[in-house]
Amino acid sequence: MTDTIFALSSGSPPAAIAIVRVSGPGAGNALRSLTGTIPEPRRMGVARLIDGEGEEIDRALVAWFPGPGTATGEDLAEFHLHGGRAVIAALENTLGELPGLREAEPGEFTRRAFANGRIDLAEAEGLADLLAAETELQRRSAMAMAGGTFSRLVEEWRKRLLMASASLEAVLDFADEGDVSLLPPEFPQEIEALRVEIGDWLARPRAEVLREGFRVVIAGPPNLGKSTLFNELVESDAAITTPIAGTTRDVLTRPVAIDGVPFLFADTAGLHDAVDDEIEAIGIERAMEALDRADLVLWLGPEGMGPEGAWEIASQIDRNDSQPKRTARHRISAMTGAGMEDLRQDLVVAARKAMPAPGDAALNERQHRLLTRATRALADARHEADPLLAAEGLRQARMAFDSLLGRTTTEDMLDTLFGRFCIGK
Amino acid sequence: MHQFDIIVIGGGHAGVEAAAVAARMGARVALVTFDPAMIGAMSCNPAIGGLGKGHLVREVDAFDGIIARAADAGAIHYRMLNRSKGTAVQGPRVQADRKRFKAAVQSLLGQQGDLTTIAGEAAALRIEGGRVCGIDLADGTILNAGAVVLCTGTFLGGTLFRGEERLVGGRIGEASAQVLAAQLRGAGLPMARLKTGTPPRLDGRTIDWAALDEQPSDAELWTMSAMPEVRGRALPQIFCAITRTNAQSHDIIRANLHRSPLFTGAIGASGPRYCPSIEDKIHRFADRDGHQVFLEPEGLDTHLVYPNGISTSLPADVQLAMLRTMAGLERVDMAVPGYAVEYDHIDPRALRPSLELRDMPGLYCAGQINGTTGYEEAAAQGLVAGMHAAAQALGREPAQLDRANSYMAVMVDDLTLHGVTEPYRMLTARAEYRLRLRANNATTRLTPLATAIGAVGEARRAWFNRRTEDRATFEVALDAQATGAELAQAGLPVRADTGRLSLREWLRFGGVDLDGLAPWLGDLLPDDPDLASEVAEDAAYAPYLARQDGELRDLRASEALLLGDSFPYDRIPGLSNEMVERLTRARPANLAAAGRVPGITPAALAALLVHARRNAA
Repeated sequence: MTDTIFALSSGSPPAAIAIVRVSGPGAGNALRSLTGTIPEPRRMGVARLIDGEGEEIDRALVAWFPGPGTATGEDLAEFHLHGGRAVIAALENTLGELPGLREAEPGEFTRRAFANGRIDLAEAEGLADLLAAETELQRRSAMAMAGGTFSRLVEEWRKRLLMASASLEAVLDFADEGDVSLLPPEFPQEIEALRVEIGDWLARPRAEVLREGFRVVIAGPPNLGKSTLFNELVESDAAITTPIAGTTRDVLTRPVAIDGVPFLFADTAGLHDAVDDEIEAIGIERAMEALDRADLVLWLGPEGMGPEGAWEIASQIDRNDSQPKRTARHRISAMTGAGMEDLRQDLVVAARKAMPAPGDAALNERQHRLLTRATRALADARHEADPLLAAEGLRQARMAFDSLLGRTTTEDMLDTLFGRFCIGK
Repeated sequence: MHQFDIIVIGGGHAGVEAAAVAARMGARVALVTFDPAMIGAMSCNPAIGGLGKGHLVREVDAFDGIIARAADAGAIHYRMLNRSKGTAVQGPRVQADRKRFKAAVQSLLGQQGDLTTIAGEAAALRIEGGRVCGIDLADGTILNAGAVVLCTGTFLGGTLFRGEERLVGGRIGEASAQVLAAQLRGAGLPMARLKTGTPPRLDGRTIDWAALDEQPSDAELWTMSAMPEVRGRALPQIFCAITRTNAQSHDIIRANLHRSPLFTGAIGASGPRYCPSIEDKIHRFADRDGHQVFLEPEGLDTHLVYPNGISTSLPADVQLAMLRTMAGLERVDMAVPGYAVEYDHIDPRALRPSLELRDMPGLYCAGQINGTTGYEEAAAQGLVAGMHAAAQALGREPAQLDRANSYMAVMVDDLTLHGVTEPYRMLTARAEYRLRLRANNATTRLTPLATAIGAVGEARRAWFNRRTEDRATFEVALDAQATGAELAQAGLPVRADTGRLSLREWLRFGGVDLDGLAPWLGDLLPDDPDLASEVAEDAAYAPYLARQDGELRDLRASEALLLGDSFPYDRIPGLSNEMVERLTRARPANLAAAGRVPGITPAALAALLVHARRNAA
């Protein structure tokens, strides 16, 4: 018997409203025990939620979605509560005491939706990203995935690949039949076209940038005001600032949205050689790692000494002893706020360029890896003179697509083959 | 009352290999057939092998089986299909003289061990305590045995169709096993019907051969078996010819479609998509203006010719009219008209990977009864079923066959997990690891396994040991090194600055083969050209095989996770009803097999994995 699961499905409390979802065979029973009745399917209704002791938890909106035509494919109940922590806790306690109900594991709703055939793997991953999305931009891109844009595309690529495979397999398996013993002349172009198309997708910005934010690392030698700039950008006093060089010993990161664009700012230990302090040495090592993963580096150190592509920032311009820079992209003082607005705007423009446009589907890391594998396999297949090895390349590409969609295909390929060619003596 | 270890019912290609392997392993075997004179008969095309099928023949041969040696003994035409492509997809195929092939099968069967042939009709299975323990013959004789292997081909509930005519039987002129079919159906086994067809037989004396393109037998002296009775050619070789259907033939067929049982609805069962009847071809691919027809002589001292490509169940008069529209056949006479057969088969998902019925222990099934087509598919299943039945009777471990070591396992796995919707035929496309499953390395892959279970005779064991030594010597020879400059000097298409590599590594370069490396190999090249090319191909494919290794590791890991016959699919949270139904029908032996059941998603596999782990803990 399947457990019935429940979880707070809206953002972190406190909030104006909080939505608790219940999915599984016990969802209807949960509704009845809390409200005394089961409302009309797919209609919002107001109800008093009463706990096991007869105490009122909340006056809430409730909705009832009988399975299997629901998001998870199971019976589904929703409670839209007033979003205070105590109210949510009270409802969760009451639900947890009902027979067969338990709190959901992370991602379990999505997993059930997938297992019940409500979504395919690409859609499930899009949905997982949707659930993690915090800002508007992220939500819209995740919608494009969950709505199936990406799955439809992979599905279309897969169909084209099946056609190519069928031609090749016909040559291999039915060579004794003069009618299909040669590859169609357009075969290499078709493979190449497919490879190029997937390549274009791979060149697009990735979903991680949206989900995790555009990574901006502030770097430079010690005591140039990196932490002050960091605090100003994230609008808090997260980093300790002192006039003592080497105060920041670890990499400190904070997510923040500027004009709706997600950023992940990182403050790093000052980079300098000859470190005696072991802890500071580790901090510098971590700073170097952060630099490797950065989408953008704000370089506060000596001109031309920063990593390639870094923005030269002249900092502490309010101070007399500030380092002069001839080609600084920005001249700022985080203390006085001078130049900060320009820097913020510039960052927003740069980040938007590096991110999927609103509404575009973006690839996550796994999808990126699988599609990369598919393009490599296609390139191999395209250049392989031995049809057998070419077929092995196409098989590898098919496997990558199958992993993206969560399916298997030798039979599909044979269906294509037999549907398309007149084979058989 | 007579006592045996194994009873095999049916003397076709499945029955022959099942009985033979069990006898070689040391079991007491009875082979029951309507007519012992028909043992080893080829009921359709007198050809053995082909693409994918040739692999099966070589694999059965690697177990010291019969079909390859009988094919060599009867071969009157050799043709290596896909010769220009990699050997992994080369298909050895021979045209065999029916009479001589059959005689060879019967003679070889006499050399397999304790094997008794019994003429009679198997009327009923004897069942005791839910286990099959013997059979009753129609004449009242009782035969007892620990296991029964059912290889009844199309004889189980067979009906023949030719135009408006209907005949009961499995093959023209022979009886059909209706009683046994009724018993199996009564036992609640999942059964279904399939259809297959055969073309008319022509009188070769009335064919204008001179007007047609000839296809000669291969000049190269390769053989089907690694150990043929005669090296080279046992019989004189003859040529085949090719003709073609045309607009006129198509018009005749189209005008008479309403008289074909396939189109009147008389035959409801599905036929094979890769071997459609000519009326199907013309109906489904209406844009094609012609279809190839291969004219294959059936033997040295018969005038019968098999026109490969025009299987049909049209009325006899239409068949003749259609034939006479084709080049070379203008005055042809038809010796026997073509017909279609509809027959019972068992849903192979009811079988274990050993081909034993899950719900009727002691009963094994092999061949067309499992929904396959072809002598080669039948022979390979006969070998698998006979080997498992004998292993059980003798208390031995069977050979471990899987998708990465044999086409036989690919076929059994496909059948038992997917079931069939059309007669199943082997194709190389079905084998995902076909780079390692080559027709020419079958003996390397399988003979050690076959030897371990005692299925290999003394002569082949000795031959294989010699071969293994030769192979080791050759492998050492390939360790020798040469520089790019030296190879380029010798005229090979490599860059002079490539550096120093072993000969094995050089074989991966396009344009470098054993002939090119001859100056470095000298007299270390093995005498057996098949062995040499096998080792050279291993070297050439090595990078691709290495790439598959990760895939294989995953496969073995999930194969180790057993699900078994009683896994409670209906109690796994998250599985849809459809998935539960499919898994319950196929009863995959392990997690890897479950992943190959159609429609099973990675999430469902994850759920199975979690449950299986939890139970194992």
